[in-house]
Amino acid sequence: METILLAIVLAPLTGAIIAGLFRNQIGRVGAHTVTILGVSISCVLSLYVLWQYAFDDAPVYNESVYTWMVVDGLRMEVGFLIDRLTAMMMAVVTFVSLMVHIYTIGYMAHEDGYQRFFSYIALFTFSMLMLVMSNNFLQLFFGWEAVGLVSYLLIGFYFKRESAIFANLKAFLVNRVGDFGFILGIAAVAMYLNTLDYAEAFAHAPEHADTMLNVWGDAQWSLMTVICVLLFVGAMGKSAQIPLHVWLPDSMEGPTPISALIHAATMVTAGIFMVARMSPLYEMSETALSFVMITGATTAFFMGLIGIVQNDIKRVVAYSTLSQLGYMVAALGASAYAAGLFHLMTHAFFKALLFLGAGSVIIGMHHDQDMRNMGGVRKYMPITHWMMVIGTLALIGFPGFSGFFSKDAIIEAIHHSQLFGSGYAHVLLVAGVFVTALYSFRLYFMVFRGEGPRDSHAKEHLHESPKVVTAPLMALAVPSIFIGYFTIGPVLFGDFFDGVITVAAVHDTLGEIDFHGAFGFMLHGLTGIPVYLAGAGVLVAWYIYMRRPSLALEIATRFDWIYWILDRKFGFDALYQWLFAGGSRLLGRILWQVGDRLVIDGVAVNGSACSVGWLASVMRYLQTGYLYHYAFAMIIGLLGLLSWFVIR
Amino acid sequence: MSADWPILSVVIWLPIIGGLLVLGSGDRVPNVTRWLALLVSILTFVLSIPLYTGFDVSTAQMQFVENLPWIPAFDVSYHLGVDGISMPLILLTTFITILVIIAGWEVIQYKPSQYMAAFLIMEGVMVGVFAALDAMLFYVFWEAMLIPMFIIIGIWGGPRRVYATIKFFLYTFLGSVFMLVALIYMYFESGSMEILAFHDLKLNLTEQVLIFVAFLLAFAVKVPMWPVHTWLPDAHVEAPTGGSVILAAIMLKIGGYGFLRFSLPITPDASQTLDWLIIGMSLIAVVYIGFVALVQQDMKKLIAYSSIAHMGFVTLGFFIVFRILANPDVDSGAVLGVQGGMVQMVSHGFISAAMFLCVGVLYDRLHSRQIADYGGVVNVMPWFAFFMVFFAMANAGLPGTSGFVGEFMVILASFRADFWFAVLAATTLILGAAYTLWMIKRVVFGEVRSEGVAALSDINAREVVVLASLALAVLALGLWPAPLIEVMDASIGNLVQHIGVSKL
Repeated sequence: METILLAIVLAPLTGAIIAGLFRNQIGRVGAHTVTILGVSISCVLSLYVLWQYAFDDAPVYNESVYTWMVVDGLRMEVGFLIDRLTAMMMAVVTFVSLMVHIYTIGYMAHEDGYQRFFSYIALFTFSMLMLVMSNNFLQLFFGWEAVGLVSYLLIGFYFKRESAIFANLKAFLVNRVGDFGFILGIAAVAMYLNTLDYAEAFAHAPEHADTMLNVWGDAQWSLMTVICVLLFVGAMGKSAQIPLHVWLPDSMEGPTPISALIHAATMVTAGIFMVARMSPLYEMSETALSFVMITGATTAFFMGLIGIVQNDIKRVVAYSTLSQLGYMVAALGASAYAAGLFHLMTHAFFKALLFLGAGSVIIGMHHDQDMRNMGGVRKYMPITHWMMVIGTLALIGFPGFSGFFSKDAIIEAIHHSQLFGSGYAHVLLVAGVFVTALYSFRLYFMVFRGEGPRDSHAKEHLHESPKVVTAPLMALAVPSIFIGYFTIGPVLFGDFFDGVITVAAVHDTLGEIDFHGAFGFMLHGLTGIPVYLAGAGVLVAWYIYMRRPSLALEIATRFDWIYWILDRKFGFDALYQWLFAGGSRLLGRILWQVGDRLVIDGVAVNGSACSVGWLASVMRYLQTGYLYHYAFAMIIGLLGLLSWFVIR
Repeated sequence: MSADWPILSVVIWLPIIGGLLVLGSGDRVPNVTRWLALLVSILTFVLSIPLYTGFDVSTAQMQFVENLPWIPAFDVSYHLGVDGISMPLILLTTFITILVIIAGWEVIQYKPSQYMAAFLIMEGVMVGVFAALDAMLFYVFWEAMLIPMFIIIGIWGGPRRVYATIKFFLYTFLGSVFMLVALIYMYFESGSMEILAFHDLKLNLTEQVLIFVAFLLAFAVKVPMWPVHTWLPDAHVEAPTGGSVILAAIMLKIGGYGFLRFSLPITPDASQTLDWLIIGMSLIAVVYIGFVALVQQDMKKLIAYSSIAHMGFVTLGFFIVFRILANPDVDSGAVLGVQGGMVQMVSHGFISAAMFLCVGVLYDRLHSRQIADYGGVVNVMPWFAFFMVFFAMANAGLPGTSGFVGEFMVILASFRADFWFAVLAATTLILGAAYTLWMIKRVVFGEVRSEGVAALSDINAREVVVLASLALAVLALGLWPAPLIEVMDASIGNLVQHIGVSKL
């Protein structure tokens, strides 16, 4: 088993190193061959591992590979924990990654930096695998930061573009804010549980259920709440939850395959994976769970709203990703970890499909991403069109498609949650369904329906993308439709996650849902509100963008204050830019000019040098060189001494 | 354990004598001079390797000891030896010196023999500082170290080199005078010049506080700690690349080493009483200096400030020991903090050396260190950009690089001392990334900014060798720090045990 696992992580790494360091020697074909080979090995073996765990009940594998260090009784290791959760993540990551690798051959065919690109995405696959396969907090943090590094490199892939290198710096720094909390959470685990190993930490955690912590003043905090909230701050960075979401829309500066792989399907779901992995800890803190749920629901609804006013095709999908991540996070907060992970999986497929489909359209439009210039693409790109229809239906939760099952399960679970904030979360998530359908079909109608592209030149050159692009779309479309129907039973209501995810009996929201097979779940869904809200969203989108195109403008003018707020993304970017970027530069300048230059150098250092000089210049007057001055001083001194003797 | 031959003496005197030979060879055939210097430095490094391979990790005793009478009238002896704290720093010194010699190969055209000689002599003297077990011997090496550095900055430095050298000299000299007084006082108290004898010397709290402050003045200037740090940016800016590398990679470590060898074991009670002072200064270094680094316009200044912030972790790791020992909630962690500080020192030796060498590569080509003069370097120097981004990530503490290891350990340890120490220390995750990567954005990425940048040529084989060997070191330490930890473990465990016992 260890050999297989090592092969899974090292094959993509080897590909990345070869493609990166010997890019000139092996050329373009060599680069994509070697990386695709590596990721294929990884993917096939991961599917084998998944098979072992899903059907053959393989025992949980928890072994270390090597000892990073042992210090002060604290063992820090690199090792693998393989159970069904890991196996599922491995399969999703390597499969989507493989599809993206193949797709990239077509997408990047005419771009510079081809080898570099393949090197990066293979490196990403390695990093992500290290993250999900870890059996300890240290390696988790390694993977966590390593995917951040690759994300940084790929957002800034077009490094000549100012907007790209701004976006990648922003992404890295915002993620670092999350990691700031994350590392403190790890430090708390290391201190109180005295281990960095998951299994040991979970075993020791119950002993600290009542430990209180004095963080500020006299207020007592539950240790578990502090740990869970700190760890979740890390997840908020990586999984782009309000208020650390600002980097994700900007990350669209990266090439589209990356947006699909990293910023939709895999990396951004690391936070969801992490919280699910830590379920034994989260179950011990209702405060933390509430916090998680409220954050997720807020992100889900409000980020979806912004998606409605975007005109860049990739940004619409990006805001949709933010919103869907919010759904997953909210599910975690309701202790429906399985539902969050289930949505993670279905979302990985249909969102990768949507991004790659959008990328296919972008290729057709010669890298124009503005939806206002598109329209009628359906006629020119039939395969892409149908694949996008599938992705869109899966996203809005059309009954039977995979997204329907996962999203409905989340909403149901939240409905059963008793935690503080669950009512708020439920309303927002249900309303979010309408919003999702609205922006999704707005995109569909604006891009694929209506009259052809505005620019006649673009129209002439518009044609279907090559097979290397459409084949991955079709490969992703299959799970986007079917995987929900076939896996909802075991994953959500069966024993798939038994022993992997811990849910306290009082929080078992999924257990309260009556489940009588996938079909029954679907029929039950038809009696609920969400599916009709989705339908309403589609209708509204159709009416506004197909029937009365002028209406969109009218609404925007009538409710211009809403449009103004949404167009400015609720002001987060401007505020952060002003407060944090500007504020820290100002603070830095003050500390430097006033603290270092003026006080330390000016007063203390040069000041003492000057005062020595000043003292010397005063002393100089004593040495006038005139004999009578000295004689006079001697006489005065003699007189003084004599009188002192006499008087005494 | 002691070897058949006096390794430490060889590692000290070989480069010094070699340096004198290089000096004597003159500048008529510069290549002979250069090869001779390189040979000496490589030989020294090779000869220093047995210190690691022959090191007994199970004991905290001094190893490879040499002890000869020197000035018997004052009980001063030529006493050398290493433990797990000094040995890694000696290897760091011999390793970095090779790179400095290579880095100065073509760049230094003015009196190369003197330049190379200064670095070789410096190497021997610095090894002497780490190996000396006699206080007077230590002090001699300590002061001798200033001379070559003074010359390096003063002769091959930039336009304001005179101001920088005087500031550097006065700052460091001021600190060391007080140290001398403390050493002499302890000699009179103990009747011995042995540093290890000082460790067991009974001192009352007043004596300890005075001695502690004297040491603090000496070591804080060297580290440098806020607020006695302002000599460093000036010295770095004016120093030639090699000078900056040695300064950042080795000389700053001598301050940290001093805390471990002198302050903590000799004055444990004063250290405990005044730990708030050091912890405060360290945390200010991390946060305050982080912001100051953000707004620097000069690449070398930026890296110099980043050095100060990173060294803040070293002193933080060393001085949270007492709070951890006093914390009833934990029964371990003090060793973690000190180990973290030591790892941070070694790691910073690699990373700061690499960062200064990267700036040196650019400076050699464009003769500017201003960030604003660059932009889009990656377009013309892709391999250089690869290395610079790599080292920048290491500087920002990315896991997998050595920069992460020490910071991680110190953050974990400081959490055990006080929640808020950890919070302030962890801000380096954000600040460190901000100042480093913002510089990278403006220097490396973007469109080619100027004709000067367009004309840049990528790094040559010589530069690749230097940067690649540092990159390998950074990766090795980041991916597998266990060997370094094992070497230090016994000595640091012993140290923590020693300082946990009050002398009063």
